[in-house]
Amino acid sequence: MIIDLQRFVAAGQPHWSELEKMLTHLEAEPNATLSLEKLTRFHQLYERASADLARITTFSSEPATRRYLEHLVARAYGEIHETRERRSRLQLLKWFFHTLPQTFRRHVRAFFLTVAITLAGCAFGGMALIFDPDSRHVTMAFGHDQMTPEERVRQEEQSAGDRLDGQKSSFSAYLMTHNTKVSIFTLALGMTWGVGTIILLFYNGIIMGAIAVDYIMAGQTKFLLGWLMPHGVIEIPAILIAGQAGLLLAHALIGWGTRVPLSARLRAVSADVTTLIFGVALMLVWAGFVEAFLSQYHEPIIPYSVKIAFGTVELVLLVLFLAKSGTKAAAMGAPVSDPARSEVVLDTSRIGDRRSADA
Amino acid sequence: MRTSILQIRTVEGVVFSQLLAGPVTRFLAWAVDLLCIGVAMMAFGWLTSLVGLLSWNIAGTVSAIGYFVISIGYGIGCEWGWRGQTVGKKVLRLRVVDAEGMRLQFNQVVTRNLLRFVDSLPATYLVGGLTCWLSPKCQRLGDIAANTVVIRSPRVSEPDLDQLLAGKFNSLCQHPHLAARLRQNTSPAEAAVALQALIRRDDFDPVDRVELFAELAAHFQAKVAFPPEATDGIADEQYLRNVVDVIYRARGEKQRALIAA
Repeated sequence: MIIDLQRFVAAGQPHWSELEKMLTHLEAEPNATLSLEKLTRFHQLYERASADLARITTFSSEPATRRYLEHLVARAYGEIHETRERRSRLQLLKWFFHTLPQTFRRHVRAFFLTVAITLAGCAFGGMALIFDPDSRHVTMAFGHDQMTPEERVRQEEQSAGDRLDGQKSSFSAYLMTHNTKVSIFTLALGMTWGVGTIILLFYNGIIMGAIAVDYIMAGQTKFLLGWLMPHGVIEIPAILIAGQAGLLLAHALIGWGTRVPLSARLRAVSADVTTLIFGVALMLVWAGFVEAFLSQYHEPIIPYSVKIAFGTVELVLLVLFLAKSGTKAAAMGAPVSDPARSEVVLDTSRIGDRRSADA
Repeated sequence: MRTSILQIRTVEGVVFSQLLAGPVTRFLAWAVDLLCIGVAMMAFGWLTSLVGLLSWNIAGTVSAIGYFVISIGYGIGCEWGWRGQTVGKKVLRLRVVDAEGMRLQFNQVVTRNLLRFVDSLPATYLVGGLTCWLSPKCQRLGDIAANTVVIRSPRVSEPDLDQLLAGKFNSLCQHPHLAARLRQNTSPAEAAVALQALIRRDDFDPVDRVELFAELAAHFQAKVAFPPEATDGIADEQYLRNVVDVIYRARGEKQRALIAA
């Protein structure tokens, strides 16, 4: 424990202060780039502080200096050894047209799994309604079990005036926020090893299947398509993509067929999960607008054919966007958000080599 | 085994530790944050009621979106803008950091905050609290998913040992064999207490200061009895200063050379 603490601090303090100053600068301006000389100096100061920490841990009992050095080394360690991509600035268009669809395609198998789970739910809900019509009271949400499809269609088509008059935008905002919360919940339940996500997707499928079969059996297919397609072709895929993100999380958590540690697996999918959920939020904003301003209006106000055509165009555009957008950039080797492919920001070993060569 | 310290070994072989925050401290920070969110929502409610004078539809829209953004965006915005801290975490001196000591990323902040939906189940963060309590790194589900930990970050300042500057006569050093015995008999914790008492001496009330230094001086006098000529006429505080000087400062060039080597 006996060292000349005063001498030790006096000798180290100028270097520690210099390192702290550089760290404060780097933390305040994350996009700042350092020249090679400054990087080399930064690395030297980090090594010096590390060595001082090692010495004071071994020889001294002085906790305040040790804590100060630990704090300094921890901050510098994060700056020096971080290898994940550092985005220079938020490029919204690039993110939307490249990163989002590329991320979706990279995990498309998880998406297909969510589709399969939802379709299984649809089949279950539809079959339940066919074989047990009374099940409508259990399988249908949002009050759809309170009236038959014929009654609903008659009521909608005969309603004079705009029943959403003066509340369209607030209804739209409610839909956006509610659906986004459901999507985040679907994603978050991925941490239950995917069980919660699968249950939510299956339950959504049951509701959709029961309602669809109910309207089809009542001969109201055209109304059903005109009612659901304008917003549903965006809203349903959005929920499925949230489920995709949830399953991605679950897959990383379970770690089938890989020896990579849990933390590394979760770290690898973290950026993609964030990208997907932001994409979902954008899709639900659009779906909320369409549902409030278009889907709730039926014939004779808006012909069903127009609504169906609108929904079809949206669906085609969505499929094209998810399947094709950003493919050229990916083929040309543009950087993607996968952390595993990110560039090393600062390769300290090279700096070390260069320094020893200079010496 | 559960520990409240996260130790990270750098590639240089140096180990540094982070003090992990426990579930209770984190719960208190969350309570402060909840209060902040409540206040922000109340303020926002008053604003939207003013908008409601113009149009209820617009007020309803702004209100629905505003509440959503505040409740979801508070944690994300604060932790990203303040490098892993919210108001509650600032008050309780907590900070979210990467579990491996790397720089905290935006997607980590987003992931841990979105996972609150599961951590808060079924109520009052029961799932998150239990997970945090059982987790070796005190992580809730959101932290596990984002690979983050919440650490305690006590105020750290550059060491200032000016008040221990040498140059004054130290009567204890006139008896090197006793000084050596004092160094030998003093544990690191005792040495640290004495040093901290001197460093913080201006923070104490005058009476407390006198009592504290009297107790500490008595404690060290009991360890090694210096002859009266070395201690007579010296105030307790000066005695302790001499003790710290003896403990921390190796005398002579030979010892310095040894340490440097």
